[in-house]
Amino acid sequence: MTTHPVVSVRDLRKSYGHFTALDGVSFDIHEGETFALLGPNGAGKSTTIEILEGYRDRTSGEAIVLGIDPGKGGIDWKARLGIVLQSTGESGNVTVREQLTHFAGYYPNARNIDEVIAAVGLEAKEKTLIRKLSGGQRRRVDVALGIIGRPALLFLDEPTTGFDPEARRQFWDLIRSLKSEGTTILLTTHYLDEAAQLSDRAGVIAGGRLIDIGAIDEIGGQDARVPRVQWIEGGQLRSERTSEPGAVVASLVARLGEPEALEVVRPSLEDVYLQLVGDSEAVPEAESGSSLSRPAEPVEAPPASRQARLVSTSSTHLDDEGAQR
Amino acid sequence: MSTTTIPRLPAGHTLRLGVSRVRYEVRSYFRQGDSVFFTFLFPLLFLTIFSVAFSSQSFGAPGEEISAAAYYLPGMLAAGLLLSGLQNMAIDIAGEKGDGTLKRFAGTPLPVMSYFIGKIGQVLVTGILQAALLLVVARVVFQVELPTDPEKWLTFAWVFLLGVTTCAVLGIALSGLPRSGKSATAVIIPITLVLQFISGVYLSFTQLPEWLQNFASIFPLKWMAQGMREVFLPASFEVLEQNESWNLTGVALVTALWLVVGLIVCRLTFRWIRKDS
Repeated sequence: MTTHPVVSVRDLRKSYGHFTALDGVSFDIHEGETFALLGPNGAGKSTTIEILEGYRDRTSGEAIVLGIDPGKGGIDWKARLGIVLQSTGESGNVTVREQLTHFAGYYPNARNIDEVIAAVGLEAKEKTLIRKLSGGQRRRVDVALGIIGRPALLFLDEPTTGFDPEARRQFWDLIRSLKSEGTTILLTTHYLDEAAQLSDRAGVIAGGRLIDIGAIDEIGGQDARVPRVQWIEGGQLRSERTSEPGAVVASLVARLGEPEALEVVRPSLEDVYLQLVGDSEAVPEAESGSSLSRPAEPVEAPPASRQARLVSTSSTHLDDEGAQR
Repeated sequence: MSTTTIPRLPAGHTLRLGVSRVRYEVRSYFRQGDSVFFTFLFPLLFLTIFSVAFSSQSFGAPGEEISAAAYYLPGMLAAGLLLSGLQNMAIDIAGEKGDGTLKRFAGTPLPVMSYFIGKIGQVLVTGILQAALLLVVARVVFQVELPTDPEKWLTFAWVFLLGVTTCAVLGIALSGLPRSGKSATAVIIPITLVLQFISGVYLSFTQLPEWLQNFASIFPLKWMAQGMREVFLPASFEVLEQNESWNLTGVALVTALWLVVGLIVCRLTFRWIRKDS
């Protein structure tokens, strides 16, 4: 794309006293693109996103958002942003519909209230006071408020925390429809499958540095994406990493007949991510209780790698999201 | 979606949103049970307590005696201004800072001025309802004689409007004082409680020692209560006031001065969020 990037960050630094939260981060987000910022808790994701939203001042470096320095963005600039913050705890003495109708009035070209309520799946709750909603339902209101103004750029800071699997699927559909309208999206999430499903590119941030950046199916480099063939032989789980899984499978079949529990597993984004973050020395926050500290397991992978899987083990992991909260 | 044209916010946006905020704020206010009780019904509760507790007593010079309800009505009206304005605003906004409401606004094109219009409008609406309720209950339940002279009601109108605006602005200014939304009540209520005791709301102002009267005169509540007494008490009570005068000029001057102080503090200190906090 030859247009100016919607977000442009160069050598962004932020320190609090002696603590360096961001240590020279640079990236661009282009129009219509969905960019995921990944990293452990405390790595600098939220600091980055909050600088771009205008919530924090940077210590040094450049940041341009929709052509404006976010530290100096005015009302007209904010009218083109949609922001879903990481956590909210407002008293919520208005109903879902009242809240959305009120906020719609802030924007020059707001979306239709009914459509937004339907898009976040709160039709049945539209007349309920927000304080009486569950955590996941309140989160959907946050998302609805983020998109009500028809933003050119949407910030989503861990948007699906507290969603049940069905709500997450619905949310993904919503994000895809926003993408198809041309909305540029900056997403942070701890759900790597979510990042893989939704984003075009990702940046991995750890210890205040951007340790990798690239297209979702290229990040981590070729080596990190070497598939693994695994099977059970003599009651033992065996596995072999190889760039020629077909040949390995063929030799297995020749040797053993039909191998037991045969799988060809392409590293998911989560596997690649954990490798990346593990390799960088800055992982003091690894035990933060997020889904990232779990051992790697097959996660629903992007379409390309899903096809490569011979035996699917998918969909069992989807139900344990509740336990990760 | 066309992204080529950027729609501009229409003119009059700030005022229109301010009006929208007033509706929103009033609606939320009456759905918040504790604020309705502690700020909206509190003066009425105290008027009732005093009227019942001192029902056998009468106040004032022989021949012009009035009931306890009549005696306490002006003080309760002034307290209503302080509670609906200052106390309610300070606690409300400190809470909104703490719970992320203001952070959300900071990321929307809502102008700060529209937010202020909404807050002051909410205070105005609830203050008017509160005063009307007090007056109706005083008249109907406690048989308090209300003034018939239109000039008295004119005085009431400006003391009320000036007082309620000043209190609302001072409430916004004081909302920065509590360090968190949770501590807001603990920080703000003692301030308003002490003011009410030294400014002639619960205790008869004229019975306070002179130094305390002078100290209370620094603050606007004493003057608002004095203005209300001019409206609702018989003329024979004037000699009990400081310098034996209702001193309405003083009421206007001191209250207006606090309004200006409040506006300056708001202008200098109010931020949606503290960056880097």
